[in-house]
Amino acid sequence: MNFEFTEEQKMIQQAAKDFAERELLPDVIERDTKALFPKEHVKKLAELGFLGMMTDPKYDGGGMDTISYVLAMEEISKIESSVAVIMSVCNSLVNWGLETYGNDMQKEKYLKPLARGEKIGAFLLSEPEAGSDATKQRTTAVDMGDYYLLNGTKNWITNANCASVYLVIAHTNPEKAHKGINAFIVDKDTTGITLGPHEDKMGMRSSDTHSVMFTDVKVPKENRIGDDGFGFSFAMKTLDGGRIGIASQALGIASGAFERALQYSKERKAFGTEIFNHQVIAFKLADMAVKIENARNLCLKAAWLKDNKQPYGIMSAMAKQYCADIAMEVATEAVQIHGGYGYVKEYHVERLMREAKLTQIYEGTSEVQKIVISRSLLK
Amino acid sequence: MKILVCISDVPDTTTKIKFKDNNTTLDVNGIQWIINPWDELALTRALELKEASGGIIQSVTVANVGTVASEPTIRKALAVGADNAIRIDAQPKDAYYVAAQLANIVKAESYDIVLVGRDSADYNGSAVGGMLAELIDYNSLSSVSSLNIENGKIRINREIDGGTETIEAELPFLAIVQKGISKEPRIPAMRGIMMARTKPLNVVQAVAVEILTEDVSFEMPQPKGSCKKFDSENVKTLVSLLHNEAKLI
Repeated sequence: MNFEFTEEQKMIQQAAKDFAERELLPDVIERDTKALFPKEHVKKLAELGFLGMMTDPKYDGGGMDTISYVLAMEEISKIESSVAVIMSVCNSLVNWGLETYGNDMQKEKYLKPLARGEKIGAFLLSEPEAGSDATKQRTTAVDMGDYYLLNGTKNWITNANCASVYLVIAHTNPEKAHKGINAFIVDKDTTGITLGPHEDKMGMRSSDTHSVMFTDVKVPKENRIGDDGFGFSFAMKTLDGGRIGIASQALGIASGAFERALQYSKERKAFGTEIFNHQVIAFKLADMAVKIENARNLCLKAAWLKDNKQPYGIMSAMAKQYCADIAMEVATEAVQIHGGYGYVKEYHVERLMREAKLTQIYEGTSEVQKIVISRSLLK
Repeated sequence: MKILVCISDVPDTTTKIKFKDNNTTLDVNGIQWIINPWDELALTRALELKEASGGIIQSVTVANVGTVASEPTIRKALAVGADNAIRIDAQPKDAYYVAAQLANIVKAESYDIVLVGRDSADYNGSAVGGMLAELIDYNSLSSVSSLNIENGKIRINREIDGGTETIEAELPFLAIVQKGISKEPRIPAMRGIMMARTKPLNVVQAVAVEILTEDVSFEMPQPKGSCKKFDSENVKTLVSLLHNEAKLI
């Protein structure tokens, strides 16, 4: 066992921290309030290489390991999860999916500009009636010989507007159930694609979430990923890694809220002393610290397994479920420690609490993670 | 044209400083080390000059006097864009020792521009830059807050009491830089961090140099006293306490 980070990993962690504190913190509250997309911030994030940080350098990525990715995601999520989720979708879902399962043409045409951060990707799986039960896809891709004809609606799509490359999951043969599902690369500017309005969300308000409608969208045959019928497996395998990203995001929300609560408890006085000196507050902070340490270790173990080519699906499910749930608990306690100040925007923790809630829902709810974990116990 | 930026490896500026061995030695336990902030701004300016030079400036080198423990800091300088690095393998002992080691490097490689931070955030000696300029016999100026190259000459601005002055000087030149030399330090990009693995970091032996000064002891500042408040009309009590208790007037 070795719990020491390498110098490179520490450098990436510090770079992410500097970026978040210097570039994101000054106007994060305004962006959240007005639900403004962080366009310039994402551009800088891309220039620093964070959007393709794990992709192999031969495809123009940063070539960093998953441990580094966890550290960077935590630091950025401490300040603004709306930015972190863009980074997560690009790295964990779109780039990783293309790098692992795409063919040479797809990597050259799509992965390279994504890894360079010149393009942003989106992952389109959820539907109005297919959320946790992803097998119930209603979007269809009919084989027309030279191309597939795509029809249907996708919901809750992160990066829907800012992305130019979509990875779309659709049924090509509904009779075969999940074995009739395929994954396609779709250029967003293809005729027949329309976006719903920007979702007015409780948290992560600056991230670019829309529904996406496909009406007779022609997708070239060469844009199918993998063999015929590989789509459901592609989605599940990709989401295994996606969970590490969202777990790290939840970890960052928790540790960001904790750091603010700890600082506040050392400054705020009540009954003649700093509130940290009241055991009821000190014990809350102790509980929060233990949960965060556990959460971080789960994230890092899942990342370590992935980096060492070992099965990581169960560990990433454990990390996602635990980190999301404790993010909600820790952020709520951080608001409580701040008292009235925690309930106003200036102190950030109410926003972190709203952001935490989403981590329990998207990329597999906490309940779905427990299905994955519990099923593994029976094997 | 070649630029050398001298960088110190100093404790993070938020570090809680402690001493040991009867207050004679800094306790380095748990300290996070960073590039000295002035040196980091100097490096940023050097990189900006190189990028704007259209190939005239061929390289930016960083030099550090330090042990192997300072290599993470040097690697960060490489990650943000320095082309290569030199570590003079020695524990920095005093300002003259450091300046003499750096002088040895400059003489060997003939850099056109040498940049040194105003002082280092650890001991704040403000001595290395001036000593180094003398030892290498370069034109030099201190308190430099803006630096450009125009028609093969150095053109600098620096703050003077109540304003700024602009000065030109011939190369080779050493600038002791301060606030304003560049806007803010660069954040290393993933590609830079990856490339830093393979950029040259040459370790050279220190030369024998006489140590001229020795730290005898360090004293921490007194903890801040509690705040006393007075009514604006109670000036007599305020003056009395400032005179008798605080001994400020």
